[in-house]
Amino acid sequence: MQSIQLAFPDWLIIATYFLFVLGIGAYLKRFTRDESDFFLAGRRNTAWVSGLAFLSANLGALELLGMTGNTLKYGMYVAHFYWVGAIPAMVFLGVYMMPFYYSSKIKSVPGYLKLRFDEKTRVLNAIAFGVMTLLVSGINLYAMALVLRTFLGWNWDASMWVSAATVAAYITMSGLLSAMFTEIIQFFLIWFGLFLVAVLGILEVGGVQEMFARVPTAYSALWSTSANAADNGMLVTWGGVVLGLGFVLSFGYWTTDFLVVQRAMVAKNLRAARQTPILASFFKMAVPFLVIVPGLIAYILSHDPDSGFTLLQDGGAVNYDSALPLLVARYYPIGLVGLGITALLAGFMAGQAGNVSAFNTVWTYDIYQALFKKNASSEHLMWMGRAATIAGILISVVTAYWAKSFPSIMDYMQAIFSWVNAPLFATMLLGMFVRWITPSGAFWGLLAGMGSSVALFLAVKFDWISKNLITLSSVASDMAANFWRAWWAWLICFVVTIAISLLTRRKPDEELVGLVKGLTKEAAAAHVPFFKTPEFYALLSMLAVIALNIYFW
Amino acid sequence: MSDKTVHMKPIWYFVGLMLLSMGGIILLTGLYLYFFGIDYRTVFAALHPNLWWGTVMIVAGALFLLLNRHASE
Repeated sequence: MQSIQLAFPDWLIIATYFLFVLGIGAYLKRFTRDESDFFLAGRRNTAWVSGLAFLSANLGALELLGMTGNTLKYGMYVAHFYWVGAIPAMVFLGVYMMPFYYSSKIKSVPGYLKLRFDEKTRVLNAIAFGVMTLLVSGINLYAMALVLRTFLGWNWDASMWVSAATVAAYITMSGLLSAMFTEIIQFFLIWFGLFLVAVLGILEVGGVQEMFARVPTAYSALWSTSANAADNGMLVTWGGVVLGLGFVLSFGYWTTDFLVVQRAMVAKNLRAARQTPILASFFKMAVPFLVIVPGLIAYILSHDPDSGFTLLQDGGAVNYDSALPLLVARYYPIGLVGLGITALLAGFMAGQAGNVSAFNTVWTYDIYQALFKKNASSEHLMWMGRAATIAGILISVVTAYWAKSFPSIMDYMQAIFSWVNAPLFATMLLGMFVRWITPSGAFWGLLAGMGSSVALFLAVKFDWISKNLITLSSVASDMAANFWRAWWAWLICFVVTIAISLLTRRKPDEELVGLVKGLTKEAAAAHVPFFKTPEFYALLSMLAVIALNIYFW
Repeated sequence: MSDKTVHMKPIWYFVGLMLLSMGGIILLTGLYLYFFGIDYRTVFAALHPNLWWGTVMIVAGALFLLLNRHASE
C-alpha cells in the first residue's frame, strides 16, 4: 500500500498535540507538590474530569482499530463489548462498589486487598497487575509503531522512542494529574478526529437505513442470532456473551482494574466518585458510533467493486484492522487527515500514560513500600514514583522490541485480562459483600483462579484439550474460548475462596468496618433530590442500554 | 517548584485552546484549498469538510475558553 502522505498542515496539527501534552505536563508540575498530587491527582477532581478520564483510559487506539475491524468481520455483534459488556459493570461500580473503595481512603485496588484481607493477597495482586500493565503497555507501543509504519511509512524506532520519551516526560513531571488531563485531551481528539469518518461514510452509502439494508441481516443483530453459535460470525452463544463477557470479563475489568478504577478513586468526594463510572457509561454507550458505523461502512465498500476500497493484505490474509485508517485516508483531505492521525496517536500515547501512571502507583505503594521501605517519607515515595515511571517506560520499550521479534505475543493480549482480572472480580465481590470470607480463602482462591485461567489457556493453545470442552459448544472461536475461560477462572476462584474460608479464621468485624457491606455506613445522600443522586443516573443508563439492545435485537 | 498562590486552570481551558488552535489550522487549510484548488484525492472533497469542520472546532473551542476563562480547579 502507498503510505498516507502528510502535508505541512497535518504535521502542524501533530506538532500542536505534542506541544500541548508537554506544555500541560510542565504547567501542572508547579501544582504537583506532594505524593498525594503525584499519585492521586490531589483527590480534587469533579465527576466530569474523573468520568472522562475513566472512559478515556479504556478508549485506546488499538481498541478503535480492532473493534472497527471486528465489526467488519462480525457486524453489530461487536456492540456487545460496549453495551452488555461494559454498562452494567460501570453502573455496578458506581452504585455498589465505589463506597467501599472511596470511603476506605485506599490509594490502589491492591491497597483494598491489604485492608480487607492481608499483605500476601495485596502483593500477589500487585505483582500480577504490574506485570500485566507493563506487558499491555509494551504491546500497545509495538502496535502503535506497526500502525504508523504501515500507514504513514514512519520509522519504527523513531515512533516508539519519541512517543515513549514524551509520555515519560509529562508523567515524570506531574504524575496522575497530567495523565488524566491528557486523557481528556485524547477524548476530545478522538471524537473530533473520528466523528466525521462515520458521518461521511453514512453520506456515501446513502443514509443510515441504506447502510443497514446493505449488510447481511445477521450484521445488524445483537441477540436474535445468539441462540446458536453458528448463526453469528463470532461463534459465541448468548451464554458466552452474558456469563463470559457481560459478567466476568466486563465486571472483572471495569470494577477491579486499577487503571480505570484509579480515576474514580481520585474524585473530590464520594458522590463525585460514584458518579464517575456512571457518567462515563453514557459516553461508552455512544462509542459504537465511532467504531461500529465505520466497520459497517467498510464492509459495504469492500463488497462494492466500484468503490475502489480495498483492505490491506497481510501474508495473504485480509487485515481487518486496516479499515479505520483507510477510511480516514478516503474521506479526510489535508488538515483533517492530520487530525485523524493525531486522534490515533493520542489514543496510543494516553493509553501508555494511563498504564504507566497506574503502574507507578502500584509499584510504589503496594510493592516497594509494602515489602522494602515501610516508613518511606512522602518525598521519597514521590521520587520512587518518578523513578518507577522511567523504569516502566523503559520496560515497555523493551517489551515492544520483544513483541516485534515475536508478533504472536499479540494473541496473548486478550488472554492476559482473563488471567488477572476475572478471578480478582470473584475475590472483590466476596470480599465486599460477604463478611466471613477469610484472608487465607481470598489468597488461595485468587491463586487458584489465576492458575486455572493460565492452565486452561495453555491447554487449549497446545491442544491438550479441545476448545469445545470449555465453551460447551460444538463450534467455538478463540474469542468464545476467551469468554468461557474467564467464566471458569472466576467460578474456580469463587468456589475455592468460599471453601477455604469455611475452614479458616476470619477477621473480626471491627477490622472490617468501611470495607464490607453490612459493616459500612450506607452512602445515603441526605437532602439531595433523587434526580441528582448516582442511583438516578444509574437507572437512566440502564434504561438506555436496555432500549438500545431491544432496538437492535 | 511549588506555587501556592496561582490557581490551576481547569482542563476545559486547555481543551478549548487545543480545539481553537487545531480548528484554526484546519479552517485555514480549507480556505487555501478552496481558493487555490481542491484536494481531489478524497471522496467528498467538493463538500470542503475542512471548512465546516474547522469552523465547528473553532466554535467549540471558543465556547470552552469563554465558559472557563475565569475558572480554576
